[in-house]
Amino acid sequence: MDLAFSQEELDFQEDVRDFLASEYPLDIKEKQDKRLPLEKEDMITWQKILATKGWFAINWPKEFGGTDLSPTKNYILQNELASANTPILIPFGVNMCGPVVYTFGTAEQKKKYLPGILNSDVWWCQGYSEPGSGSDLASLQTKAELQGNSYIVNGTKTWTTLAQHADWIFCLVRTETTGIKQEGISFLLIDMKSKGVEVKPIITIDGSHEVNIVYFDDVKVPRNNLIGDEGQGWNIAKFLLRHERTGIAGIAALKRELKRLKEISANVIVGEGSLLDDSKFRDKLEAAEIELTATEFTELRTLSQISSGGAPGPESSILKIKGTELQQNISELFIEMLAYYSHPFLTETELGSNESIGPDYAGAAMPHYLNFRKVSIYGGSNEIQRNVISKAILGL
Amino acid sequence: MDFNFNEEQTLIQRQVAQFIQRDYEWEKRQTLVTSDLGFSAENWKTFAELGWLGISLSENSGGFGGSALESMIIMEEFGKGLVVEPFLETVILCSGLIDSCGNEEQKADLLGPVISGEMHLALGFTEPQSRFNLADVTTEAKKKNGDYLVNGFKSVVMNGPNANKLIISARTSGKQNDKEGISLFIIDSNLDGVSLRNYPTVDGRRASEVTLENVIVPSNSLLSEEGNGFQHLEDAIDTATLAICAEAVGAMEVLYKTTVEYTKIRKQFGQAIGKFQVLQHRMVDMFMEYEQSKSLLYMATIKNVEGSKDAKKAISGLKYQVGKAAKFIGQQSVQLHGGMGVTEELSVGHFFKRLTTIITIFGNTDYHLKRYSQL
Repeated sequence: MDLAFSQEELDFQEDVRDFLASEYPLDIKEKQDKRLPLEKEDMITWQKILATKGWFAINWPKEFGGTDLSPTKNYILQNELASANTPILIPFGVNMCGPVVYTFGTAEQKKKYLPGILNSDVWWCQGYSEPGSGSDLASLQTKAELQGNSYIVNGTKTWTTLAQHADWIFCLVRTETTGIKQEGISFLLIDMKSKGVEVKPIITIDGSHEVNIVYFDDVKVPRNNLIGDEGQGWNIAKFLLRHERTGIAGIAALKRELKRLKEISANVIVGEGSLLDDSKFRDKLEAAEIELTATEFTELRTLSQISSGGAPGPESSILKIKGTELQQNISELFIEMLAYYSHPFLTETELGSNESIGPDYAGAAMPHYLNFRKVSIYGGSNEIQRNVISKAILGL
Repeated sequence: MDFNFNEEQTLIQRQVAQFIQRDYEWEKRQTLVTSDLGFSAENWKTFAELGWLGISLSENSGGFGGSALESMIIMEEFGKGLVVEPFLETVILCSGLIDSCGNEEQKADLLGPVISGEMHLALGFTEPQSRFNLADVTTEAKKKNGDYLVNGFKSVVMNGPNANKLIISARTSGKQNDKEGISLFIIDSNLDGVSLRNYPTVDGRRASEVTLENVIVPSNSLLSEEGNGFQHLEDAIDTATLAICAEAVGAMEVLYKTTVEYTKIRKQFGQAIGKFQVLQHRMVDMFMEYEQSKSLLYMATIKNVEGSKDAKKAISGLKYQVGKAAKFIGQQSVQLHGGMGVTEELSVGHFFKRLTTIITIFGNTDYHLKRYSQL
């Protein structure tokens, strides 16, 4: 057992730092540092920059254009990126659709879809949830009926993140309505420009437009857009959820935010000292830091298992639960720290400008807190994750 | 970064696990707890024969030059069997202290017999008023005719009844809470003026109230130098904290798993109670507390072995987490066993009791959270 980095890994870390110092665009950095929303172009630009170094599709096998970075280098990279506060990557293509296509797709499908994901030219979104099926995903109703060489898709998907930017959507659809509900589900790729696809925004309590409802009205989809066999969709979805959960804890970003919280609260004057000197507040912050370290090492233990040949198992559900609890906890501590100045509700133009109200770090905190109520709900709610652990690990 | 044990470590783990499974049956353990000695002298001999008593001590003291990692492995397995033999007190705490700051003569005199299983030791580091503050020492040692005259009182000295020798902290200069001026002495338990009131503790182990009244201690009993004992004491307590956390992690693993299995067979309202979601989620939370504790145990142990500069902070973080987890897993295991959980008959209550004392030993969660933030 050891925690040390090898010389090669230290060189890699240096390499990442140099890269960030020279290649991280200043205009994006400024928006990020002020916690302003990014444009679609900002996100794509950053992903393309990362791709030039092979630091975009880091988990993909080399044969499909990935980097297959070692777990330790991946850990270093994530920490450096987060510490520089670079934009988060949009996961739907690179971390979700891509792995499904190279794992379950045909040679032809790989050739058609993987390049667009690798170079960020094609924006993907995820069509899982429906108005009537949230945590009970298998109850989904969106129907795909085979007519000749096409599927005719009818139904509604919801909570579709950034669908307003998307070129394509990967969907779970029902190809069979009788029998066991899981076995009638298939994995289908749909061009968002198809006739009959309509996207409507959902505005969330933080005032942002992040999620959408996507309607499918007699949408004609070529039969060869099906990934795997008919009825294999549920297994693909499970594969995806397992993979998704390993990165979901967002440890590196949490470390950055906690550090920031500590720095700012040390400068918030309360009576004779600072807020950080207030033992009630301080205890909460230190307890969060310990929990964060524990979660970090739970993740590292999981990664170490994977690199010795194991697959990410249901243990990754712990990371989803602990990571999201911490994300919410820290966003809440920011509100506590700000007190009244968490209340002004600013427009995007006011945020980070001279028209801002209160300290310049104040405006984005409440929207972030409100927005982050989502994290214990999405990706399989934390209650569902507990069901998963209960069944798969505890055998209950 | 690597979280795997090497071949030798894997071997030790297997050996200890096998001992617990084969030679440490629950009924036998319960007889030991109520015996006069409080543990098995025969087991202790076995530990010596298998080399466990010297595994973490340096080669120059006659040990095998292992580290906190080997101690962690042994203690985690011991925790699974709720082992009552005073390995923590004699080997980790006291021998570790002598190994790190004793002179050659002291090492030869004491550690040889410890490694061969003939010597037991206990550390008197708390006084009635001191709680977790190692610097709060009122026991006095005054120079007199080339010896030291020691007066004072040491409370809840773990393994006191069984110890051939005691190591105590005493003030040779300074005020009550000063870190400077604390000295460590190795005192023979049967010296004139040393009196022990021995008693069992709730976790089935043994401890003593030690009164020191005009005890004449020869100057060669001083460990390290006069007045600089605090740092050594703190280091020894930190190493022992790692070890006791490993014991807790082992105990918590058995306890949460025992509880999960029990809920699969215990039926109420016509079904196994493990089918109730409210209990399932409780047990998932127990499982997660265990995993998080284990993660910090590995992290803090490796940092300690590597001599990392935030090793002490990591230990306090670990003890905080272990304290929190031990309380939750202990209490909920009893709760989920219902009335059976509070009986003497089941092992559950005994695991709960040991976890409960571990929460306090070497500092509770409040203490370590505070220390964590100060380090």
